[in-house]
Amino acid sequence: MASQALEGRLREVPFRGGGFVLVRRRGAAVIFFAGLIAVWELAVRSGSVSPLFLPAPTSVVHALYDLAVSGALWRHISDSLFRLVFGWTLGTAAGLVAGFAMGIWSIPRAIGVPFVSALFPIPKIALLPLLILWFGIGEASKVATIALGVFFPTTIATYSGIDGVPRNLIRMGQSFDLPWHVILKNIVLPGAMPGILAGFRITASIALILLVAAEMIGAQYGIGAFILSAGNLMQTDQLLAGVVLLSVLGLVIGAGLSRLERWLLRWR
Amino acid sequence: MELLVEGVSHRYGDIAALENINLMVREGEILALIGPSGCGKSTLLGIVGGILKPTSGRVLVSGEPPTGSLNPFTYVFQDFALLPWRTVEGNVALPLEHHGLPESERRARIADVLARTGLTEFRNAFPKQLSGGMRQRVGIARALVVRPAMLLMDEPLSALDAQTRELLMEDFLALWLKERITVVYVTHNLDEALRLADRVAILSRRPGRLRDVVTVGVAQAERTQPAAQMRLAALHDQLWRLIKAEAQVAEREVIEDGIAGT
Repeated sequence: MASQALEGRLREVPFRGGGFVLVRRRGAAVIFFAGLIAVWELAVRSGSVSPLFLPAPTSVVHALYDLAVSGALWRHISDSLFRLVFGWTLGTAAGLVAGFAMGIWSIPRAIGVPFVSALFPIPKIALLPLLILWFGIGEASKVATIALGVFFPTTIATYSGIDGVPRNLIRMGQSFDLPWHVILKNIVLPGAMPGILAGFRITASIALILLVAAEMIGAQYGIGAFILSAGNLMQTDQLLAGVVLLSVLGLVIGAGLSRLERWLLRWR
Repeated sequence: MELLVEGVSHRYGDIAALENINLMVREGEILALIGPSGCGKSTLLGIVGGILKPTSGRVLVSGEPPTGSLNPFTYVFQDFALLPWRTVEGNVALPLEHHGLPESERRARIADVLARTGLTEFRNAFPKQLSGGMRQRVGIARALVVRPAMLLMDEPLSALDAQTRELLMEDFLALWLKERITVVYVTHNLDEALRLADRVAILSRRPGRLRDVVTVGVAQAERTQPAAQMRLAALHDQLWRLIKAEAQVAEREVIEDGIAGT
């Protein structure tokens, strides 16, 4: 047999595939963060880092606890949440309307694109002083800042999403004589949904940034105001407690959006 | 319903796609439109069904659509054109939704076409879960649910592999033999045309002109039988000779914007 004749000269073909494949390693992140926090805690306790510049994780947790017990925590959170939800909803609703108009009709598109291009790059927080003049120092100016910051990216995400709806699906709808509003509701809207939801992710983080910035400029309550006043008083443990709150808020919003995406885009 | 295409020409900007097409589609027949790629077959089909406006000429209809027909001219698309966010049942239901049919009739129509296309057990699947052949069955079911007077099929099997195409062709023919719906069937595949069509209309390369209309003359049900093979082979040769030179030139042409895929 051939194999016997080859005996002694046979080598295995070397394997060259492998790598470039990511697998799930769930525990790794937990171990890393636990380690990081432990090193941080030890560094502060051993005295090698001043607790004024970097308070220990335990003191941050303690500060959070005190805040919760005193009741101030809820006031800050509820004020911030109100501005965030109200501003984001307002900006999103207006952005969806403008984005749809720009996605469907030529004249709104022709007017809207240069308008959006000119105003989108302005950091909206620069407009807060003007908005305060218009709406006063109260809630309206903060909500308007957030709404304005959310409006433009939502508009862009919406009309790009509509651009991405395959034209053949719209032709199909027309070939079955579907009325205009049925095509819009059953073909254009669901087809643009992936793009719109991707926009939500961006606008959620923009809203959070603008919230903190606006609260730092002129607010008595709210997470941003709390962080600023803690910093002014050198209460770094409270300051970091506020930062932790923001991180948690961001995570919760992100998780909520992921759920919404999984549900609305379950066909993908 | 009968259909008359009268002096239809179409241009995309500077490019002539169709030139002076005169053609008749008879009640209950399958008319295949065949020609090299880019010859304007799909353009002609779009014009016939009223989703494209010809540059000149007109399309005339005689006779009434059958009662219960919700969309007399109904397309089946090459790329299926299914809504990926709807299930099989949802896709089939789409063209019924704005008609305000009684719930019971809607359900009955959907159940009926799903059964006839062999999709009943897949009715809750999303398009991405289905094979290409199954997706086109959904496209056909969606077309049948409106009880069309005329099916306009735009290369319905071109996106499928050879075996699937064969299977689907058999199933479609079985469906057609029961109902004898009028069909205009665009294809670039001669075998498909000779398997399905009563008459074959041959278009030249761009600008598409009608070269010839050939009657097959063998009943669809008998075409797989040995007795028919001689006639079909001769017809195949005849048609291929008509198409070959055109196809060779068409293949060497540069495709310009606005023509491909319309």
